[in-house]
Amino acid sequence: MTALFLYTDRDAAHPRTGIPPRRERATEAVTYSLGAGSGGWQPAHVNQMEGVFFMSAHNRFFASRWAMILTGGAIGALAALLVKWGNPGNMGLCMACFIRDISGALGLHRAASVQYIRPEVIGLVLGASAAAIGFKEFRARGGSAPLLRFLFGNLAIIGALVFLGCPWRAYLRLSGGDWNAIPGILGLAAGVFLGVLLLKAGFSLGRNQRGPAPIGFAFPALVILLLFLLVFAPMFGRDADGRLVGPIFFSENGPGAQHAPLLISLFIGLVIGFLAQRSRFCTIAGLRDLMLMGDTHFASGIVSLVGVAFLANLALGQFKPGFADQPIAHTDALWNFGGMVLAGLAFTLAGGCPGRQLILAGEGDGDAAMFVFGLLTGAAISHNFNLASTPAGPSPYGPAAVVGGLLVILVVGLAMRERLVVSTESMQVTQEVKA
Amino acid sequence: MNQTPESLLVDARGLSCPQPAILTRQAISQAAGRVLEILVDAIAQRDNVIRVAVKEGWSAVPEETADGRIRIRLTK
Repeated sequence: MTALFLYTDRDAAHPRTGIPPRRERATEAVTYSLGAGSGGWQPAHVNQMEGVFFMSAHNRFFASRWAMILTGGAIGALAALLVKWGNPGNMGLCMACFIRDISGALGLHRAASVQYIRPEVIGLVLGASAAAIGFKEFRARGGSAPLLRFLFGNLAIIGALVFLGCPWRAYLRLSGGDWNAIPGILGLAAGVFLGVLLLKAGFSLGRNQRGPAPIGFAFPALVILLLFLLVFAPMFGRDADGRLVGPIFFSENGPGAQHAPLLISLFIGLVIGFLAQRSRFCTIAGLRDLMLMGDTHFASGIVSLVGVAFLANLALGQFKPGFADQPIAHTDALWNFGGMVLAGLAFTLAGGCPGRQLILAGEGDGDAAMFVFGLLTGAAISHNFNLASTPAGPSPYGPAAVVGGLLVILVVGLAMRERLVVSTESMQVTQEVKA
Repeated sequence: MNQTPESLLVDARGLSCPQPAILTRQAISQAAGRVLEILVDAIAQRDNVIRVAVKEGWSAVPEETADGRIRIRLTK
């Protein structure tokens, strides 16, 4: 990894490559681009661009595999501790479940047992924002097919709630001995594989654009508002008996009522948000890059997450191997698999797992924020339309939603291909232009 | 006049994961002795592109451009 980043300065050629940092040559070049309608190679002139690249020891560490292992390990250990401190079983950290709980707390669905504004989500986003701002990586951006990202968010969480967990929780369930996670993870891998096939065929949601600050800050600002709603839980409404209700709903029993103390959850969220922003931790990238190019950089984070969470669960007496009676899980292998095929495909096409999307939204990516709103809305759809599974098993409507969702996303995926492949023919054209 | 090798420019600005990495791999397979220049505008994409290039045995020199974007020069 030491060869990865090379320091150049304005005055000296790089010691290893001998490349001068400021080029003094003609800059006739050829664009090899994925731009809409460009259809392959286009000649283009490139302006001289000046700049100095420098990478600090901090950044070198966070670009390395060790940062990925550290982040995965931190998620594994802290998730196990969060269960010990009050979160539901094998659900120390689950971005699908937690967004579903937030959806319920905001009254978007009325499943009384899963309503809570999870401070971990708030911390994750704000930790990422702090890291991005502190390291000058905060960039307001958006405009890459936001509506489709919203739709992918809907479908992803509908699938995830048939399985009962996001990829993080799938690995955490495995680490806690819930073997029902195995078909879920296999389904996730199958979904990622379908996504990789589409990506190889040229699937793209198009380019984003830099935007003015509100595009980037809107999401972190809403998350701060969410923190106020969590702390003050205002009661504006009254039911028929005159009791105060809503707009914020918190479960009195069930998983929504199981939670670690607010400040601990918030702090752990902040720590993981910071680490994951710096390291770009992503469980989807782990499987995707392994399939796409045999790269294990991101996958090492998953291995670390599972390994550390397993050891932590063992140490805390939370490792209970088996299929039956696992916390917030069902034993229907087919739909544990099927739900995660849909989720894995949606995450892959949208560019990352829900944890990663929250991090991106925290660092100014309005498109990732649209995906998160898709998750939030999709969770409400999932419960209001009775698509989500319960510990008793899949709902009667969940499997149909998964199949329908897969059809929708495959059609959209096939329709969103752009010409990525460069033919020999167009290369000759390029060379003629250059000559 | 032009003493440096021909270069190919890959414009991967604004693309989501993993498209910059896919484009870089395609460009490497089409490079045929040329120098590659990859344009990205996110640090995460810069790192992904460099990881792909280094894995394929290329040297990478990233440079921040005046408008805050990143140009990565890849040489075999």
